[in-house]
Amino acid sequence: MINLTIDGQPVSVPEGTTILDAARKLNLDLPTLCYLNLEKIKYLNKVASCRICVVEVEGRRNLAPSCATPVSEGMKVITNSKRVLASRRKNLELIISNHPFECLVCAKSTDCELQKLVWEFGINTQRYTGERSEHPIDRSSGALKRDPNKCIMCRRCETMCNEVQTVGALTAFGRGFNTVVAPAEMNPIATSACVYCGQCVSVCPTAALTGVGYIKETWEALFNPKKHVVVQVAPAVRVAIGEEFGMEPGLPVTGKLVAGLRRLGFNAVFDTTFGADLTIIEESREIIERIEDGQEDLPILTSCCPGWINFLEHQFPDLKYIASTCKSPQQMTGAVVKTYYAQKMGIDPKDVVVVSVMPCIAKKYEAALPSEETYGIRDVDYVLTTREIAKMLKEGSINLNHIQDEDFDNPLGFSSGAGVIFGGSGGVLEAALRTVYARMTGHELEDVNFTAVRGMAGIREAEVQVGERTVRVAAVSGLGNARKVLEKIQRREERYDVIEIMACPGGCVNGGGQPYAEERDEIIEKRMHGLYQIDRNSRVRKSHQNPAIQALYEEFLGEAGSRKAHEILHVTGLMSAPADCPK
Amino acid sequence: MPEIRTGEQLASVYEQYKQLLSTRLGTVVDDDTRMILVCGGTGCHASESEMIVENFQALIHKNGLDGKVVCSISGCFGFCEKGPIVKVFPDNVFYVQVKPEDASEIFDQHILNGHKVKRLLYEDPILKEKMETAEDISFYKLQQRIALRNCGLINPEKIEEYIASGGYQSLAKVLTQMTPQQVIAEMIASGLRGRGGAGFSTGRKWEFASKYASEEKFVICNADEGDPGAFMDRSIMEGDSHSVIEGMMIAGYAIGAQQGYVYIRAEYPLAVKRLEIAIQQARANGLLGRDILGTGFNFDIAIRLGAGAFVCGEETALIHSLQGLRGEPATKPPFPAENGLWAKPTIVNNVETLANIPVIFQRGAQWFNSIGTKTSKGTKVFALAGKVNNVGLVEVPMGTTLREIIYDIGGGIKDGAEFKSAQTGGPSGGCIPKQYLDTPIDYESLQSIGSMMGSGGMIIMSEHDCMVNIARFYMEFIVEESCGRCVPCRIGNKRMLEILTGITEGRGTEADLDELRSLSETIIDTSLCGLGQTAPNPVLSTLKYFLDEYEAHVKEKRCPAGVCQKLMHYKILPEKCIGCTSCARGCPVSCISGTVKQVHTIDQSKCIKCGACMTRCKFGAVVRE
Amino acid sequence: MTNTPNHSPCVEQNHPQFKELDQYIEGLQIDPDDPRRKDTLIMTLHRAQEIFGYLPEVVQLHIAKKYSIPHADVSGVISFYNFFTTTPKGKIQVNVCLGTACYVNGANKVLQEFEQVLGIRSGQVTADGKFSIESLRCVGACGLAPVVTINHKVYGKVKPGDVREILEKFFIEEDKDVKEAAHA
Repeated sequence: MINLTIDGQPVSVPEGTTILDAARKLNLDLPTLCYLNLEKIKYLNKVASCRICVVEVEGRRNLAPSCATPVSEGMKVITNSKRVLASRRKNLELIISNHPFECLVCAKSTDCELQKLVWEFGINTQRYTGERSEHPIDRSSGALKRDPNKCIMCRRCETMCNEVQTVGALTAFGRGFNTVVAPAEMNPIATSACVYCGQCVSVCPTAALTGVGYIKETWEALFNPKKHVVVQVAPAVRVAIGEEFGMEPGLPVTGKLVAGLRRLGFNAVFDTTFGADLTIIEESREIIERIEDGQEDLPILTSCCPGWINFLEHQFPDLKYIASTCKSPQQMTGAVVKTYYAQKMGIDPKDVVVVSVMPCIAKKYEAALPSEETYGIRDVDYVLTTREIAKMLKEGSINLNHIQDEDFDNPLGFSSGAGVIFGGSGGVLEAALRTVYARMTGHELEDVNFTAVRGMAGIREAEVQVGERTVRVAAVSGLGNARKVLEKIQRREERYDVIEIMACPGGCVNGGGQPYAEERDEIIEKRMHGLYQIDRNSRVRKSHQNPAIQALYEEFLGEAGSRKAHEILHVTGLMSAPADCPK
Repeated sequence: MPEIRTGEQLASVYEQYKQLLSTRLGTVVDDDTRMILVCGGTGCHASESEMIVENFQALIHKNGLDGKVVCSISGCFGFCEKGPIVKVFPDNVFYVQVKPEDASEIFDQHILNGHKVKRLLYEDPILKEKMETAEDISFYKLQQRIALRNCGLINPEKIEEYIASGGYQSLAKVLTQMTPQQVIAEMIASGLRGRGGAGFSTGRKWEFASKYASEEKFVICNADEGDPGAFMDRSIMEGDSHSVIEGMMIAGYAIGAQQGYVYIRAEYPLAVKRLEIAIQQARANGLLGRDILGTGFNFDIAIRLGAGAFVCGEETALIHSLQGLRGEPATKPPFPAENGLWAKPTIVNNVETLANIPVIFQRGAQWFNSIGTKTSKGTKVFALAGKVNNVGLVEVPMGTTLREIIYDIGGGIKDGAEFKSAQTGGPSGGCIPKQYLDTPIDYESLQSIGSMMGSGGMIIMSEHDCMVNIARFYMEFIVEESCGRCVPCRIGNKRMLEILTGITEGRGTEADLDELRSLSETIIDTSLCGLGQTAPNPVLSTLKYFLDEYEAHVKEKRCPAGVCQKLMHYKILPEKCIGCTSCARGCPVSCISGTVKQVHTIDQSKCIKCGACMTRCKFGAVVRE
Repeated sequence: MTNTPNHSPCVEQNHPQFKELDQYIEGLQIDPDDPRRKDTLIMTLHRAQEIFGYLPEVVQLHIAKKYSIPHADVSGVISFYNFFTTTPKGKIQVNVCLGTACYVNGANKVLQEFEQVLGIRSGQVTADGKFSIESLRCVGACGLAPVVTINHKVYGKVKPGDVREILEKFFIEEDKDVKEAAHA
């Protein structure tokens, strides 16, 4: 143990501890900006570039960055001398001198870490009025918005993209004053290697990286008397949206959300979880077919995560055909709304608008893909993130704290527990196993919990006995982990049968569209537990036992894998954008 | 030349080739042989010194004197102001400003007939006398060339000549007679400090690296030499690459490394070429590679080019560049000795530091220690440039005063102007005013007067230089070269530059001077690397010593040195103006009014200060102040 | 997009310039699994720029693939170093040294004169693609300040009055003689 003093107070910490962490032991919350440590998802951004966390160390000529300086025996640290405070303040003033002064109209206002620090430091003048960087704003992808003028070079996004997600779409570009983090050659993101997983958005402290918004379009649709506007809500949203209203992270607020959406004026409030059940029906049939065809046809990879599929198709093109051909729950729900539902209601599908509420940025990209349509009509029209719908609710004077629970509308409102656990990593796999087991053995599982594939670990593997067959499965979250597994598949190092892959570490509950959270590690787990809680309390816990799903097949689709099912619920060829653009 | 596989073989090769230098060293005087050395440094090379060599060689051949008279290129003689330089041995005659066509005159008169060509001899500007040998020339009198010992003596493209001058014998001694610990102890005893600028004890750096256990360690030669106005390392690389190679190998042996890299800036193609040749030759002769001199010691060297980034002279940025990344520095600690290239223990040494090493082992740490001051041992190479008469490369013992360098060696200020300041340490250093001319130069003394040793660039400024503009110039350089990683340097230096530019353009206020000081504090205190941490030095030192110039700029909107364009105004002297209208007709913005034969006036509010009127006036009526 | 279409490399990768680059890269024997494989990247970029004259995206992507690294890595490195350019330079590259020694000896005025005569600013290329001007930071020939290099040939002690004379040689030479003119 190393003994040191901070502001005169003694503290003992293990060797290798940084001054920042040692200070935290003393409840000294030193200000930080670029530093970010998310242990549970193995993310560490320690570039020491903002120079806000600096402290004085006796005997050291200059100030030390506390986030990157290890303690030493007998070290004497001062965190609040005039010299320290003057430099912290100056550096903050310098940062804002090259930052747009448009907080009032900025999407991150009240969620911005820079704004918070400026406010905490009591900075109320603009000391420097010199040159400002001028870069064009990039909305080219329709999903991820880049405003390089708000980049403070914290490098968090770069670290996430290159080290955790291993996508490699970002780099610091240029040198000196105008340097920002950007895709190669500062190209529009739509022509870069970006897969839109949105993890960079989650970690960006300012509005340099945000989602492209569709609130305006949604209001317009809602107020358009000619349109029949339908909304669907993803599983991961219901255990997170409460946070935007001051509620406990992970608390399921499904009923309240449904009620709120209805108040906003949606003609029908449907559940993406219904689509998840539908995905399981189609996918489990596919899984069984592939298993029975033999090992050369395996593994099969899930396909409900567009960030992941984008990654697969561009970085592992030789493996792209081993993914399931199923559309994602969002897309399936939208497709069913525009065919089955519209037909039932006697509405022209062209007048139906499907809005989905997702924890995710990639879903915005997915909804706009050429492949995601049925009979020439877009399955989903607009995608809003959890954050966006919270803003709309607030704009509509709706407070989820003071609203009574309501139920989803039928026929796309009833869902099983298997469907809802899609929102956490391992959930799709577990849900699939519940149905695959029944279909392959003819028996229903007593204990439907496959806890081996749950949790925050990047790769979880298990062997499941399905009748006489041992099915080797894996649940993977985070694209860096996906890369590891795919490389193993390429090298034929291990045998897998079914693999679920989610781009976001932890799964959709940690999506790029979820409420911003400082203590993210704990919150992700709480959201996950919320989903498993809903599953535990569900009347129906297996997708194939969902009566609404059964009705859909009886009335409309025929059977799983039918021609109609293929037309509406599957994609042929590549899902992602054409590969002729440089990646 | 055969492969050299043992120390004994090296000794015998030395015996075999030492007579190559005998003519030059005057150890053997044979009336028949002549050696003509032509400076092959970049400066003289640009002035076609290669042509001079070609011409001599043609003449030698034509006259059937091959073997008796030899002409070759050599490293930088240092007296760049008077290049191209040609030296004739054994007479040791020193010819200056030689053109290719002069070769035939020198050949006919001097080589064939023994008469020196007087018009090409150096003339001392004060004594008005012709100097024949280098030793007579005041430029050389106070110099002691240790790092530059072979520059101007040997042909750097011939390893035999390096061996003939005693090269690789220190390596042999170290490998066969000393343990790594003994090598380090000798290094520490010598007192050699890093010549790249930081001045850290070379021996101690090696000691740190040697203490970390690792299968892999690295020796890196920092040949990035980014300080504008510095060309010491370039001259050593061009004139004596082998000394650097030998120094790296001794370093490798001391710390336990088997791989060395020379990171050299791409702007030095000639140095790269000479280094490539040297490495190839060393390898071919068994002096680089595996089982060197039969001792089991392996060491090899690879060259890596920089690509135009001053910050890559900082050791951690250099390491990142070697790894194929953007040259952004890393937080220290940990230091490269512990965690460097590929996270292995690494030492980064400057070219000049390495060039000193073979001679330290040859003549002993005690000898090296006896030169210089109490804290700074040995010599330092300076690139003397700017407004001084004798621009060139000088090597002096530590403790030599600025006055001696500028006046005795440098020949005083150009055009008889007044000395104003000496800038040392490049963009990290400070400007030294005239009251400190008698400061003996060493690491500590320069720091105490607000500057630093730096890599050796020394720019002399006269009354015709505006110190505010100089500070602005250095800050402009810093802003261009800042890597962009940390806030105080990326944005802070930019704001400093904006303020300085404003001052030179007449928009400065007194509050600006306080802001410069305040920004400097934060930038020095919180920048991530040495570039940012020292960037405010030129500003702070000029504020300290030349406050009057700053105040003239902000209070009176006047530039005392007459440099800052926007603060100058052009005036027509009524007593001299005859009303010829030439100025008015030449004015691009038509701001001069007046009719024929009437005194003209300039409308200051419209004047763009282009100076066309002054150029056109034949009567001296237009003045600038 | 370039202003000198006859300089842009063919997208077809059978192009001789790509073959030349590949030869160089093959010599490096890059192992795609070696975590240290990027150490020769800067050397490769130098070579590529020598071959192509500049580093357009198609060349960057090619190099990225050969090294098994993301395009963003290559692009980020190129954007950091002064030497590398993603737009073509002129056939005749005028570099004026603005290092301290040269600056103090009036290099600024020399630069201004080049800009006036050629009609472009530093960092630009003439419309016919023949000339470009850049400012350098120290060639290390401070004894010859102010220093100008034109296609690697060093001119020392340049005064503004010398500029026209120096450039005249290049004005009258045919394109294919450019190299000879530079080495004259």
